[in-house]
Amino acid sequence: MLSIFTDLADWMAYTLFGLLPGSKLGGAVHFFIEDTTKIFFLLVLMIYFIALIRASLNIEKVRDYLAGKNRFIGYFMGSIFGAITPFCSCSSIPVFLGFTSGGIPVGITMAFLLTSPLINEVAVLLLLSLVGWEITLAYVLVGLVIGIAGGMFLDLIHAERLLQPFALKAYQSANPATVAERANTPKLTAKERHEFAKHELLDILSRVWKWVFIGVGLGAALHGYVPVEWIETNLGSGQWWSVPMAVLLGIPLYSNATGVIPVMESLITKGLPIGTTLAFCMSTVAASFPEFILLKQVMTWKLLAIILALLLFSFTVMGWSLNAVSFS
Amino acid sequence: MKQIKVLGSGCAKCVKTAAVIQAIADEHGVPVNLVKETSAEVMMNYGVMSTPAVVVDEVVVHSGSIPDRKKVESWL
Repeated sequence: MLSIFTDLADWMAYTLFGLLPGSKLGGAVHFFIEDTTKIFFLLVLMIYFIALIRASLNIEKVRDYLAGKNRFIGYFMGSIFGAITPFCSCSSIPVFLGFTSGGIPVGITMAFLLTSPLINEVAVLLLLSLVGWEITLAYVLVGLVIGIAGGMFLDLIHAERLLQPFALKAYQSANPATVAERANTPKLTAKERHEFAKHELLDILSRVWKWVFIGVGLGAALHGYVPVEWIETNLGSGQWWSVPMAVLLGIPLYSNATGVIPVMESLITKGLPIGTTLAFCMSTVAASFPEFILLKQVMTWKLLAIILALLLFSFTVMGWSLNAVSFS
Repeated sequence: MKQIKVLGSGCAKCVKTAAVIQAIADEHGVPVNLVKETSAEVMMNYGVMSTPAVVVDEVVVHSGSIPDRKKVESWL
């Protein structure tokens, strides 16, 4: 079904603009047209439907489910829920506190919060349609593992000691029964859900459209003008430092998955090792300063620093391992 | 006078929610005391997990989206 966008790009680049297939400019323009049209089409569909689901999904239910669970099942399920529950970053604070005051260990809550931005539905869909299912699967598995391992580690070092005092107090005096009673928040009607989804669609599109153009533009330039040999010699798996460098580069480049994935697509076809590519992508999407600053409301700087270091460390290790596996 | 609180961590939607409520209250000439509450601790105490949320006279009446006109009118 998505080949219609390839046909459209063929027609526009080669017939309408009269560019030569196989030429640098022709390749770049083709890449740009195909990806922008495809991404906007997928975005509109996905954002609307995800917002509908989000409006119907009840985060309180997730919390109640996690509250009574054994620790190890808890990390696993927390991470899975994080992956499938779409929620916006401005909700991370109330969600964090809702979980914590429900007596859920910090590690399980963080397994949820770490996985949630890493594995988001838009990212998965774009990966699937642009770079194929193998890499998508690797991406999802790595995201889950990082969430689970990160959560376990945080409980191991008793991260709850490093919460802001009021959050720690809420955690210690948590009584699941009274919380469930209090959290009797009203549900949305079908019409409200549609309105919500429509709002979300316009809101998100108005924020990400420029990222799509920047991301695809970069991807197209790479695609057309950077020779394969250059990437292999300079950024191949032989250079151990290319992974940590990709991770560091990704932090200030805060964008959402929409902007990064076209660049990934282009880099992978140019022979950038898969581990390096995923490390860059995850660091761009998940380790973002705006969100970290939000978490300051409930955590001390020390805990924030630990979490940031933990993320960077796991992205790097993940990148190295994937590079080692795929090149052995 | 109605005490209305809009809970939210200062995101665009929360600001808009407060504006919508104020506008509709003004339209109907109903005096309200509208407060924007951004403290995470307060949200926790109301048991709110998705924002923006609306509290009317200490009761959570709405959570998770910008409320529509009908709903706002029913609170006034």
